[in-house]
Amino acid sequence: MAKLHVSTSVNGEPMEFLCEPYETMLDALRGQLGLTGSKEGCSSGDCGACSITLDGRLVCSCLMLAAEAEGHEIRTIEGMAKGGQLHPLQQKFLEHAALQCGICTSGMLVASEALLAKNSNPTEEEVRFWLAGNLCRCTGYDKIVRAVMETAAEMREARP
Amino acid sequence: MNVVDNKWIGQRTIRPDGVDKVTGRAAFAADTTMPGMIWGKVLRSPHPHARIKSINTAKAEALPGVKAVVTSRDVVDFSIEKGAVMLGIQDMRWMCRNVMARDKALFPGHPVAAVAATTEAIAAEACKLIEVDYEVLPWAIEIDDALRDNAPILHEWHKVDGKPSNVMSRLEVKKGDIAQGFKDAEIVIERSFTTRPVHQGYIEPHACLISVAADGNTTIWSSSQGQFMVRAMTSMLTGIPQSDIRAIPAEIGGGFGGKTIVYLEPLATLLARKSGRPVKMVMTREEVMRATGPTSGSKSTVKIGAKKDGTIVAAHGAFYLQAGAFPGSPIRGAVGCSFAPYDIPHVLSEGFDVCSNRSKVAAYRAPGAPIGAYAVECVLDELAERLKMDPLELRLKNAAKQGTKAAHGPVFPRIGYIETLEAAKSHPHYAAPLGKLQGRGVASGFWFNAGGESSAQVNITEDGNVVVTTGHPDIGGSRAGIANICAELLGIDYNRISVIIGDTQTVGFSNLTGGSRVLFASAMVVTQAADKVIATLRERAAKIWEIDPEAVKWENGAAHPVSPNAGEFKPLTLADLAEKAPSQGGPIGASVQLNTQGAEGGFGTHICDVEVDAELGIVRVIRYTAVQDVGRAVHPSYVEGQLQGGVAQGIGWALNEEYIYNRDGKVDNPGFLDYRMPVCSDLPMLDTVLVEVPNPKHPQGIKGVGEVPLVPVMAAVANAVHNALGRRFYSLPMSPPKVSAELDTPAELAAE
Repeated sequence: MAKLHVSTSVNGEPMEFLCEPYETMLDALRGQLGLTGSKEGCSSGDCGACSITLDGRLVCSCLMLAAEAEGHEIRTIEGMAKGGQLHPLQQKFLEHAALQCGICTSGMLVASEALLAKNSNPTEEEVRFWLAGNLCRCTGYDKIVRAVMETAAEMREARP
Repeated sequence: MNVVDNKWIGQRTIRPDGVDKVTGRAAFAADTTMPGMIWGKVLRSPHPHARIKSINTAKAEALPGVKAVVTSRDVVDFSIEKGAVMLGIQDMRWMCRNVMARDKALFPGHPVAAVAATTEAIAAEACKLIEVDYEVLPWAIEIDDALRDNAPILHEWHKVDGKPSNVMSRLEVKKGDIAQGFKDAEIVIERSFTTRPVHQGYIEPHACLISVAADGNTTIWSSSQGQFMVRAMTSMLTGIPQSDIRAIPAEIGGGFGGKTIVYLEPLATLLARKSGRPVKMVMTREEVMRATGPTSGSKSTVKIGAKKDGTIVAAHGAFYLQAGAFPGSPIRGAVGCSFAPYDIPHVLSEGFDVCSNRSKVAAYRAPGAPIGAYAVECVLDELAERLKMDPLELRLKNAAKQGTKAAHGPVFPRIGYIETLEAAKSHPHYAAPLGKLQGRGVASGFWFNAGGESSAQVNITEDGNVVVTTGHPDIGGSRAGIANICAELLGIDYNRISVIIGDTQTVGFSNLTGGSRVLFASAMVVTQAADKVIATLRERAAKIWEIDPEAVKWENGAAHPVSPNAGEFKPLTLADLAEKAPSQGGPIGASVQLNTQGAEGGFGTHICDVEVDAELGIVRVIRYTAVQDVGRAVHPSYVEGQLQGGVAQGIGWALNEEYIYNRDGKVDNPGFLDYRMPVCSDLPMLDTVLVEVPNPKHPQGIKGVGEVPLVPVMAAVANAVHNALGRRFYSLPMSPPKVSAELDTPAELAAE
C-alpha cells in the first residue's frame, strides 16, 4: 500500500508529509508533523479536543483524512500565539483560570477563536452552543464562557 | 498559626504551567515519542464471564512486525490463598488479575493478552490472530442479579455462611442504638434508591510510553494521579525493583480518581522488556469506557426518624455498591459520609461490596459519598416537607458542629458546616422567585479529606530565584497554590518561583493525588522546607554581618537586622545571598518529607433550580449555587473551579450519565456521543460561595476542597425536580425517557 504525498499549509508554513490513506489529519499532525497540541480524546468527533481550522472553518481533525489537507490551509493551537505574544483568548483563559487539567484547552481555544472570527459580539447562549462540541470535564464551563465573552468585549474595544 | 495579612495567598495568580497549556506545549501522556518506539495493543475479552482454557499466541508472534506478545504468564501472580498484599487501598491480588485475566475473564474488555509491533495497525492485526479458547459462563451485571440465589459466582473461593457469594464484604459504622432511636421517633421515613455506574469521564485516555534497558533500568512516561503508585504497582507486577524504575509524571488530562491505579504500565513494561524496544500504548475511548473506572452503581435504603419539632433521633442506611469484577467498591465513603453532616444520637450505616461482571470500579471524586448523600439528602427533603419545615432549617437544627461525634468515629473540631447552611439561607438565590415547571432543591454533603505522605524540595537558584519540587501530579492548579504559598513565605514575587512535579527518582515519596490531599499536604512540606531555607538565609546574613542569627529577621524577601540594636546593615536580598552562597557555606535549599496529619473533613451545601420540559421530559438546571467551607482559598479561582467542576459532574450523574448494557452483557454506549456528559450548552453559570473556616491543624488553614462539591449534587437536583413536579424520582439518572414516563403516569398511580 503506497503512502500518499500531501502538500499543505500548517499555521502559515508550507508543509509536506506522507500518510496512509486511512490516517486522519489528527494522526498526521501528532505523528508526522510533531504538532501534539491537538489532542485525541475520542476519535469520533464528540469531544472537540482535536479542533483545528481548515481554510478558516472549524473541524475535528480526527474526522478528517490527512490526505484531505492537500492544497488547503490548516491552523492549529500551535499557530495561535504570534511570535511569543499570546492571543487575547489565551491570555484571558489564563487570567480566568478557564482551564484545570488543560487537555481540552487547545480545542477550546481554537473553537473560541473560530467563533470570534464569525461573531465579535456573541451572547452567552451563542458561546455555549458554539462550544457544545468541546467537552471539558474539569471546569463546568463557567470560567471558559466568561473568558470568551470578556475577550470578545476587549477585542471589540481594541478595534478602531 | 494562620497567615492573615497576605500578599500572595488568596491571589488569582497565573498558574506556572498555564502558558504551556494554552499554547499546546504541555506534554501529556500520549504526546511523547522515543527513538525506536513501537506500539502496544491489548486483546480484550468479548465475554462478560468466561473461563480461559488456553491461549495460543503462535500466529500473532509469527506476523511480520510483531516484536513481543505477553499474557498472564508474564505478570507476577499474587495468589489468592496467600492473602492480601495491599498497596494503599488496592489489593495486588486483584490488580494482577485486573491488568491481565488469569483463569477467568470477568468482564467484556478484560485484558487477556497484549502485543507490541512496529505499527499500531500491525499490533491490532496481531491481536486478532491470538486464539483464546473460552468456556463462556453465566454472568451477572446488576446488583440484584449478583445477589439472587444461584447467581453466577465470580470468585468461587469466597463464601458467606458457607455458600459462595458475590457479597465480598460488609462494613458498618454505628452510634447509639437505632432500635431505641426509632422507638423515640414520631415520624419515620424509609425510602430506597438506585444509581447507575458513571464514568469519571476524563478527556485524556490512559496512555504510556515505556523503555526497559538491557540492565533492567526502566523509564515510564505516563499520566496518572501518582507516579509513585505507578512505580510501585509496575514493580510489583513485573518484578523490577523500584530503584530501577523511573516513573515520570506527564501532564494529566483529568483523573477524578480514575487514574489512581494502573492498567497499561505493567503491560507496556513487560512488552518493552521482551522486545528490547520502547513501547507506547494509548487506549481508545471505547477501551476507557469498557475497561477502566467507573464508579459503582448502587442500591440504597435509608430510614430516618425524627421528632415533630424536626430533631432527628435515628438513622439507618444500607448501601449496596457494585465493585465490578474485583472486590473494592467505595462502601467506606457511602457508609461514613452519608450521615456525617448531622448530629444524630442513633445511627447505623452499613455497606455491602458486591462483585459482578463489569469493569473493576475505580475511585471517583469522594468515592461512595455522593451515592450515600443522594439517598440521605432526598429522605431529609421528604422529612422537611412532611414537617412543613424549610429544608435548610431542618439541616440547621440537626447540623454537626464542634464536639459532635460522627458515627464513623471522629469528634469534629471547629468545622464550617453551619456556616455553609447560613450562607445558603441568606443567599439571594434562595429567595429568588420561580416560574412554572421550575423547582428548587437543596442538599448538603461531607467528605473525609486526607493527609498522608508528601515530600518537597525548595532550592534557591544561583541567581536568587526559587525552584520548588513536589511529588504530586497537578490535576487542577495545585502548582499555582504552592507558588502562592511559597511567595508568601519567602516574601518574594510569585513569578520568581517555579514549581515542578518531580519524577520518582528525583523527589521523595509522595502519595497519590487523591482524597483532596494535594494542597493540604504539599503546603505543609513546602512550609517546613521554606522555613528551613529562611533559617539558612538568616544564618548567612548573620555570618556576613558578624551578628547572632537570632538578631536577623527575614522580611519582604530580604534579611534585616531585627532592630537598630542589632546593628545598622543594608538588607541582604535573596539574590544577594544566593550570589554570596559559594563563599558562605554553599548551596541553599531544603527538603522535607512528612506523613502529614490533621486533614479535616469538608462540608458543602448546594442550591439548585431546575426547569422541566414536560413535553420532552428534559430537566434543565437553570441556576446553581455551591457553598462550601474551603478552609483557606489559597488560589480562589482554582477553588471555585473545583466547586464548579464537581457540580457539573454531579449534574451529569443526576440527569444523563449511565452505563447501558445490551443483552450480551456488554456496555452499549462506550463513547461520548451516547454516554452523555454535560456539554457547555447544558449548563448555566455555576455560582460559588467560599466560606473560609481555617483548619486549625494546618499552617495556612487549608482543607481539601476537590471532592466535597460532587457529594450533594444529585440530591440537590432530585429535590429540585420534586419541587418542580411534585413527584419524586428514586432512581438516577432522571433522563428524558424516565421523566417522560413518570409524567405520563397519572399522579394517583405514581404515588406508590
